[in-house]
Amino acid sequence: MIVEPQRNASVYFLRGRFVTLKKATLLLLLSVLCLPVWGVIEVDRLSSPALSERYQYLVAEYRCPKCQNQNLAESNSPISIDLRTEIRRLLEEGASDAQISDYLVARYGEFVLYRPKVKNSTYLLWLAPAVLLLLGLLVIVFIVRRQKRAVNTSKTALSSTEQAALQALLGTAEKQNDKTVNPNEAESK
Amino acid sequence: MDRVKLFIPLIIFVVLAAMLYWGLGRDPNAMPSALISRPVPTFQLPELGQLKDTEDTSLVVTGQPEILDETLFLGQVSLLNVWATWCVSCRVEHPYLLDIAETGVRIISLNYKDEVEAAQQWLEKYGDPYEQTISDPTGGLGLDLGVFGAPETYLIDHLGVIHYKHVGVVDDRVWRTTLQPKYQQLRNALPEAEK
Repeated sequence: MIVEPQRNASVYFLRGRFVTLKKATLLLLLSVLCLPVWGVIEVDRLSSPALSERYQYLVAEYRCPKCQNQNLAESNSPISIDLRTEIRRLLEEGASDAQISDYLVARYGEFVLYRPKVKNSTYLLWLAPAVLLLLGLLVIVFIVRRQKRAVNTSKTALSSTEQAALQALLGTAEKQNDKTVNPNEAESK
Repeated sequence: MDRVKLFIPLIIFVVLAAMLYWGLGRDPNAMPSALISRPVPTFQLPELGQLKDTEDTSLVVTGQPEILDETLFLGQVSLLNVWATWCVSCRVEHPYLLDIAETGVRIISLNYKDEVEAAQQWLEKYGDPYEQTISDPTGGLGLDLGVFGAPETYLIDHLGVIHYKHVGVVDDRVWRTTLQPKYQQLRNALPEAEK
């Protein structure tokens, strides 16, 4: 491979080797970017592309019972391999998605579902995001309203006594400023 | 009203701290079995059998193996222990199972995804605490039971209904604090004739 001379200083003493090293490093870094792809290494042996597509969807829908943060597609634990085989078998037998779901839930419980069914024990799980969002919106409305009210009250004119008091305060403040500022000015001059 | 507002951060802190403390004591791997209060799934599997000649450890085929099914659990309270020779923790709990079996507890075992010969040699070498061993080399019954790793131990009543599942090693603490009380409870509920 012909390597064009480059401006990078380190290329001069490494030349060709440096470039291949760089490419290798890049490839390694890119491969780390797509870690989830490493999960499914088996070739699915399903009879039709339609089944294959459903299979790919289903194995991503269920959670591995052994390794709790992975789905069946990502996990290589023996139990996930078994369950993937079972899903393939059920698909070939013509089972519907609901039947496959029931099959897995009957054995491993609702734990395997990444999308648990909506029922009494899961209301909190399903509704919490909406409730929190609503709460957040309420807080924002509350704050905005209060700020508006604060701006409105500041716009109202001051009474004559308040004006006099304000002038008095400003007057004393100016005098104090004069006192503190003057010595400095004298020094600098 | 303003004074009440001052307490809001404190209240949030207390609620959060309580929740986190509660979560600290929970086992994140604990997964209740889906088969609690359900009968043992139906199966038709061979009994593991024994090495015939204790002097010579080579496997001798002992004719047709006995075929076991779910009626195995009827009439007596039993433990069903799921084990395999590839399972390191099973080796750890094995001596304890021998102790339990000696006190008269009926233990049936499921040899899960294992080689028959290796399993027979294991029982020959370390002792056999099991009244009978179901041989399940493909893991079909294991799958129906919701087994996701050995060792697992199920408590099954005299009607063949699963009452409890323990995942992991059965040791003195687990036996005394959880399994034995439940086992005794089931035994006490037995009709007089079947005790």
